[in-house]
Amino acid sequence: MRNSRWLALFSPLALLLLWEAGSRLRFLDPRFIPPPSVILASLADLTRSGELPYHVLVSVRRIITGFLLGAVPAVGAGLAMGLSRQVRALLMPIVAAIYPIPKIAIYPLIIFYLGIGEASKVSIVALSIFFLVLLNTMAGVIGLDRAYFNIARAYGAGPLGTFATVAFPGALPAIFTGLKLGMGFALIVIVGAELLGSDAGIGFLIWRSYQIFAVDVMFAGLLVTALLGWLATAALDWLEHRALPWRP
Amino acid sequence: MSVTTAPKLAAVAVSGLTKTYPGPRGPVVALRDVTFAVGGGEFVALIGPSGCGKTTLLHILAGLLAPTGGEVSVPPRRPGRPPTAVVFQGISTLPWFTVRQNVEYGLRLQGVPRRERHERAEAHIGQVGLLAFADAYPFQLSEGMRQRVSIARALATDPEILLMDEPFANLDEQNRLLLQEELLRIWQESRKTVLFVTHSLDEAIRLADRVLVLSASPGRILTEVRVPFDRPRDFRAIREDPQYGRLSASLWDLLRAEVLKGRLP
Repeated sequence: MRNSRWLALFSPLALLLLWEAGSRLRFLDPRFIPPPSVILASLADLTRSGELPYHVLVSVRRIITGFLLGAVPAVGAGLAMGLSRQVRALLMPIVAAIYPIPKIAIYPLIIFYLGIGEASKVSIVALSIFFLVLLNTMAGVIGLDRAYFNIARAYGAGPLGTFATVAFPGALPAIFTGLKLGMGFALIVIVGAELLGSDAGIGFLIWRSYQIFAVDVMFAGLLVTALLGWLATAALDWLEHRALPWRP
Repeated sequence: MSVTTAPKLAAVAVSGLTKTYPGPRGPVVALRDVTFAVGGGEFVALIGPSGCGKTTLLHILAGLLAPTGGEVSVPPRRPGRPPTAVVFQGISTLPWFTVRQNVEYGLRLQGVPRRERHERAEAHIGQVGLLAFADAYPFQLSEGMRQRVSIARALATDPEILLMDEPFANLDEQNRLLLQEELLRIWQESRKTVLFVTHSLDEAIRLADRVLVLSASPGRILTEVRVPFDRPRDFRAIREDPQYGRLSASLWDLLRAEVLKGRLP
């Protein structure tokens, strides 16, 4: 167990060392593939100048706002669709039709309607996670054992009581699965949207660096994106652990 | 076709009860013309072969299912006291609630104020010996402990009638015996009216004042047998009593024929 943990650390470190050595010894052209030390140095510069924190903050704000705007109604709709066969029959065709469309493909249309500002970025994030959270929430409710609903009804729970004491807490593990999947998509979509049309954000930073041939900044941008994804996953894991103390 | 108020003497009165389910090849009759009564404070066991409609009958009494025909009467709903409380078989606790929250559940749905709810739950958690586990979640408990939580939750609501649906079916023999003893000890204190569904002859004889035998599907009452043992009961003494063997044998004769009938294609 301990050994395999060290091995997991070994391979990325070895790769970085090889990369550094290769770049310095000119096996790799540092103009195209700058060594990790240079990338880290420019990362430090960008941070000190305040440019990187600004772009990160812009992207993070878009993700969080879009995430909340997408997830909250998705949980509500998912619970309703899971609890009621009628609501499911009514809404499922629409969901099934829109869900498979790659959301980034809708982005030009969104810009057309909402302009290139914040509203379009937040909307694309919200839209891209909405269906994932909705479908997972619905599946979570449908998968709940009938026995739980029987307990609620036998003790006099009305629709609201059933909603609050069985459907929501019971579907919460599935809701978290949806949120975690959605977080991955939110990152993909926001960076993509910023690449396509934006004046700030990590995606914009990467795109601009490409246009001015600042390869080290492009790499720095990728590194920050990866870090952001990792942090978001860790935050959701922590939240899940706190919200679901009842799971073995 | 209706659920009405029972007359004074009987806590539960069922007459001509029929339940049919829609099936792929026409309606399936689960219960046919079931008639019986349970007196106030009586402990009645309902036995029958599996699939005979025992659980259906219990769910109708609990108001979870509507009868297709006949009359079912339970006591009138008094403010703050539900007519029935159910202890289910298998999954009987809500896994996302602690023991305390599970026991408070019925009270919470009735709108009992937080303080009173807490006190009543505490008393019933103590009664089933789980005070040390009050803040534990069901996954941290054994099956037997979960059923005790379920019993505490039912009793905390102070129902007129306690409906129990094979509550000990998933327990091993030894734990089942212990829980039966515990149930009788608790029952001795409150003397609630109990309708206890089981497929175990011995369980029915050990616990009940009267045993109702249901036929193979569609279920109807075949016969009823009065259990002659005094209360409070001593399981050891009962086991050694020759009456126990005779009762068990005669009930099995009845039931065996029904089980065989139920196995025919």
